[in-house]
Amino acid sequence: MSDSNTQTSNIQFKNILITASLLMFFAVAGALLVGITFIQTEDDIEYNEKLTLLKKLNNIIPSEAYDNDLLLDTIVIEANAQLGTSEDTVAYRARKGDKDVAVVLSSVAPNGYNGSIYMLVGINVDGTLAGVRVVKHRETPGLGDAVSITHSDWILSFDKKSLSDPDVKGWKVKRDGGVFDQFTGATITPRAVVKAVHNTLLYFDAHQATLFSKPGTDGKSNSKGQDNKQPDSKQPE
Amino acid sequence: MNEDKLLISKNGLWNNNVALVQLLGLCPLLAVTGTVVNGLGLGIATLMTLVLSNSIVSLIRPWLKTEIRIPVFVLIIASIVTTIELAMNAWFHDLYLVLGIFIPLIVTNCSIIARAEAFASKNNLLDSALDGFMMGLGFTLVLVVLGGMRELIGFGTLFANAQLMFGAAGESMTLKFGENYDGFLLAVLPPGAFIGLGLLIAIKNIIDKKQSAKQTVVVQDAEPAAS
Repeated sequence: MSDSNTQTSNIQFKNILITASLLMFFAVAGALLVGITFIQTEDDIEYNEKLTLLKKLNNIIPSEAYDNDLLLDTIVIEANAQLGTSEDTVAYRARKGDKDVAVVLSSVAPNGYNGSIYMLVGINVDGTLAGVRVVKHRETPGLGDAVSITHSDWILSFDKKSLSDPDVKGWKVKRDGGVFDQFTGATITPRAVVKAVHNTLLYFDAHQATLFSKPGTDGKSNSKGQDNKQPDSKQPE
Repeated sequence: MNEDKLLISKNGLWNNNVALVQLLGLCPLLAVTGTVVNGLGLGIATLMTLVLSNSIVSLIRPWLKTEIRIPVFVLIIASIVTTIELAMNAWFHDLYLVLGIFIPLIVTNCSIIARAEAFASKNNLLDSALDGFMMGLGFTLVLVVLGGMRELIGFGTLFANAQLMFGAAGESMTLKFGENYDGFLLAVLPPGAFIGLGLLIAIKNIIDKKQSAKQTVVVQDAEPAAS
């Protein structure tokens, strides 16, 4: 009797073992599949993301206006109330030869109709706007989403504007006495964007010197591409 | 044999349509159908997932134990979806930028695990793959029709942003109806998705009713002869 008992429990144990190893096999196989795909696609994805970013930046600063590598010539900007950012962002500097051309800052309008509106603001070295693009927003489709370049040309009305053109009173939507159009049915969204762009210009005005500082301090964070060219002092001889 | 395949196809496309009859996968369905192109993109991704998961489940059917079948299904589906997401990010990046956040939603599409459990774990590879394909196709068709309805009413266009999927050639595919159409916001917002899906289900039911009415007549006519 006891013999058959141990036998059944033995069979049971065996069953559990088989089942568990089966499950483990599938888990490992799944992880393997994902891992291999990840390694296969990693480079392509990184390249795509860079290309997408560069395309976005080139919409603001045309590629013929600069000759440096925008994606490498960057500076990290700490979270800043004027920019509306709550975490570190990256600013991209455009230079031609030795001359500074423009900088692209990340800016956030915290008071959109439906949460924050994330923007890239390009400012020429002379303080005029090179261009503004909304990169992420949750504004109402069909109304507030006209701030996005895919839906209307409104965002282009910032081009060439600066702190002096228009003056402080002009940096508002028309309903508030400024020079910028609002949309029919949506004033809150453009109002938030106008204010954020103005604040970004003010930030630029106050920090222009540091924004264009030559790379060096942040060299370690983006030295990836230069590693091959520069001899590494730590390398054993 | 052929009749089997026909039945599987008919089930997937119409009689047991994932979106219209089983009402599964509504979360991604309602979220992405703002335009035809978005609907088509998610539809194709779902279709691929269904075919792959059904095939794999059918292949491992002999070794599968009942106790662990659900976790194994989940593992398989999650791996496939992650793989598809990575592949899309690498090779169809522009489309990925549009659909990216919806791809992981495919995992939550119950129809995939439902097909694995109800069909693929009991049928051979060919039938399972066909079932996955037809179910996916049925789902895609609903996505495209619903996307078309919402885009047409909401924006007055069809195939907007087709270049994201078809490259430069897609640019000319965009159809615009009426130059000064202001758009109808409701159709684009979530309620528009619910109303649109409701209408589609109603239309399907009307067609089914007409069909079955016709069939009863036919059957009544044929009955004496058959017996």
